[in-house]
Amino acid sequence: MLGRLTWAAIPFNEPIPLLTGAAVLIVILAVLALITIKGWWPYLWGEWITSVDHKRIGVMYMVLGLVMLLRGFADAIMMRTQQALAIGDAQGYLPPDHYDQIFSAHGVIMIFFVAMPLVIGLMNFVVPLQLGVRDVAFPTLNSVSFWLTASGVLLVNASLVIGNFARTTWWNYPPLSELAFSPDVGVDYYLWSLQISGIGTLLTGVNFVATILKLRAPGMTYFRMPVFCWTALAANMMIVAAFPILTATLMMLILDRYLGMHFFTNDGGGNQMMYANLFWAWGHPEVYILILPAFGVFSEVTATYSGKGLFSYRSMVLATLGICVLSLMVWLHHFFTMGAGADVNAFFGMMSSIIAIPTGVKVFNWLFTMYRGRIIYTTPILYTVGFMVTFVIGGLTGVLLAVPPVDFVLHNSVFLVAHFHNVIIGGVVFGAFAGYNYWFPKVFGFTLDERWGKAGFWCWLIGFWVAFTPLYVLGLMGMTRRLQHIPDPSWRPLLLVAELGAVIIFCGILCQIAQLYVSIRTREQRRDVTGDPWNGRTLEWATSSPPPAYNFAVLPRVETIDAFWHMKRTGRTQIEPIYETIEMPRNSGTGFVTAFFAVITGFALIWHIWWMVIVGFLAAAITAMVAGWSDEREHAISAEEIAQLEQARSGLGQPAE
Amino acid sequence: MTVADIAAAPTTVSGELARGRGGGGPASKRTVVAYGFWIFILSDIVMFACLFAAYAVLSRNTAGGPTGRELFNLRNVFIETMCLLLSSYACGLGALSAERRQPVRFMLFAAVTFVLGAAFIFIEATEFARMIAEGAGPGRSAFLSSFFTLVGTHGVHVTGGLIWLVYLVAQVITKGLRPPVLRRLLCWSLFWHALDIVWIGVLTLVYLMGASV
Repeated sequence: MLGRLTWAAIPFNEPIPLLTGAAVLIVILAVLALITIKGWWPYLWGEWITSVDHKRIGVMYMVLGLVMLLRGFADAIMMRTQQALAIGDAQGYLPPDHYDQIFSAHGVIMIFFVAMPLVIGLMNFVVPLQLGVRDVAFPTLNSVSFWLTASGVLLVNASLVIGNFARTTWWNYPPLSELAFSPDVGVDYYLWSLQISGIGTLLTGVNFVATILKLRAPGMTYFRMPVFCWTALAANMMIVAAFPILTATLMMLILDRYLGMHFFTNDGGGNQMMYANLFWAWGHPEVYILILPAFGVFSEVTATYSGKGLFSYRSMVLATLGICVLSLMVWLHHFFTMGAGADVNAFFGMMSSIIAIPTGVKVFNWLFTMYRGRIIYTTPILYTVGFMVTFVIGGLTGVLLAVPPVDFVLHNSVFLVAHFHNVIIGGVVFGAFAGYNYWFPKVFGFTLDERWGKAGFWCWLIGFWVAFTPLYVLGLMGMTRRLQHIPDPSWRPLLLVAELGAVIIFCGILCQIAQLYVSIRTREQRRDVTGDPWNGRTLEWATSSPPPAYNFAVLPRVETIDAFWHMKRTGRTQIEPIYETIEMPRNSGTGFVTAFFAVITGFALIWHIWWMVIVGFLAAAITAMVAGWSDEREHAISAEEIAQLEQARSGLGQPAE
Repeated sequence: MTVADIAAAPTTVSGELARGRGGGGPASKRTVVAYGFWIFILSDIVMFACLFAAYAVLSRNTAGGPTGRELFNLRNVFIETMCLLLSSYACGLGALSAERRQPVRFMLFAAVTFVLGAAFIFIEATEFARMIAEGAGPGRSAFLSSFFTLVGTHGVHVTGGLIWLVYLVAQVITKGLRPPVLRRLLCWSLFWHALDIVWIGVLTLVYLMGASV
């Protein structure tokens, strides 16, 4: 009846996951009770859960990413503490089985459910506004994408209390991840949560490529698009090109595990290195999917706070697209030690080094943008400068690792761990925080507190270096990654320093929570009534903060790059508009309902509850069919209504010169 | 329906026409939907590319089991291919009828498309059943795993396409050939033709090359 699911799945004998799970459950129940008591359900359902508004979906992605950042960070600090304690005779507090699940979950959560939602959330909110249009190409599909991502999150977190998670690292190599060596549900949780959220991400990619290439304000030719839109285009094209590879690869492993096939098994002619190749053929583009939009954020932030147009816009675009193409040709550097031979390794080593060139171009563009600019040192630009310093060093250690002989020494050491945290924290996470601080007033209509924001930045920057510099050194000393127990006591001092760094980062997170709390408390004093708090250059600042549901009462006409800057210069913001009827997409529960059944199907597949698989799958398919039947997906807002709405917002929508 | 037909088909853009470089504002709904679906098909083809790559890597790994030469029946594969190609031809004629708002002709061609597609699936399923009965199922060797996955994934796509066709015919019957229905038919026919392209790859790489080794 319930497949493999029995009471033995609940870890009654392991206090850490049990207590954590219980605490999370209590918090969730308390939140649900609060919503019920306050009667917020109709608001939540009507304005958020069923919303197809790209701005709302963007906010939900950001909330998801920030909440999961806390989970991922909890995993991180548990690992650091274990490594600081379990040295020599001491065994620490995490048994190997649990420790292995933690490093696997940390990687999966940070890449798929923190970095991706943060980046996709920013793109969702910002791209249609920067393009001067009213929504993405397929608003309902956008809601489906979000809720499928949330389904993946739910399944990964369910593994904390029901069963267990994979012990096979975040890339889940066979043969360890095959049924013979990982017979329980851990790997299945990994596989199905990533398959379900992967479909959501792929649909996001399709949606945004269609949006950026086919829906732009009149006059916005390709070379008038803001750089963030270019980087979003590149990232989404890479999603379309790369995510199907992940889907196919995980499907092959699923077939091995569920139907006894032999893609990657030891017997029957399977080939494990094919998994490594396929996984990283997706995995390397993936890191550029994450970093390119962050580069876009830094470009916007640098130009705005320097009061200058971006230096050499065209070379920035060219570098972005160059990285986009090159990123598909470097995957083998993740396993130089496979034994592909000197020629193959030399090729991929060279390609990996070449990719540093367009990245270098970008760094110089940002520096030359700041050069002789009137820089206003707000939190976003601090993150940008912190990024440039940090990321360049991370990039240089990457070029070092791209040299195959060096990689043979450093492969699988904590030097590598330090390298990729250097580029992902220093690049993607700092980019997401810069974007969060930069666009927050546009989203909610009030600015964030600068003092707490800057304190958070310094904690993150210093904490990062204190936490990861020791790992570079330990890697050179020969410490391999994923150690549950440290055999060599001479590594203790550096591991304690790394632990201190993690604590400083934790202070940074606390500062950011305080920043949000203080800003909400004092929001009346920090209202953005102009819609343009930073003297911005691109179209998202041309509308009010927060923007109305339809973004722009009249679609802006674009004549140059930095369209809004040009409008302010020529006084075109003062022209009285002529309103026309606007068609806006209706709310839809399709995304939420489909995702609900996707969770049921995924859970049933993990636990081999076959009848529930059929029910869940059919219900999801019927939901899609019902959604595909309706023709009336838009509702019209008449010109008079818009005139009234705009009147009510007057003074908000027209930025001061 | 060809690319030229799509480009020449009437669009409903108010004011200026949406141009390629986007100077003229947002494109028409029909353009956006067809374009978005094209991109989705590209992603689907990337997925098939992985399955092809896996087949190419594993096709000699028979683990002492039967080889393609012993298993493949080229006569049946030829009939399958003809069924699928002719169903695509009927699909093209049906799409033209739909564009000209001729529901009866459309229905006729849709029926032909469906029957030929179903025949393809029937032959494929029979072949699969025969192989499994002979002990040459997907669990026998890495070669057969990749064979069943590649060909089977194509078969699942064709089956999905057939269900989708029935669903769209039901829409045509109840709602007529209105613009939203026409847009969905356009996506469906793009999908159906894309499956042909994938099948040509399967025919060449799996069957023709496999039977000659």
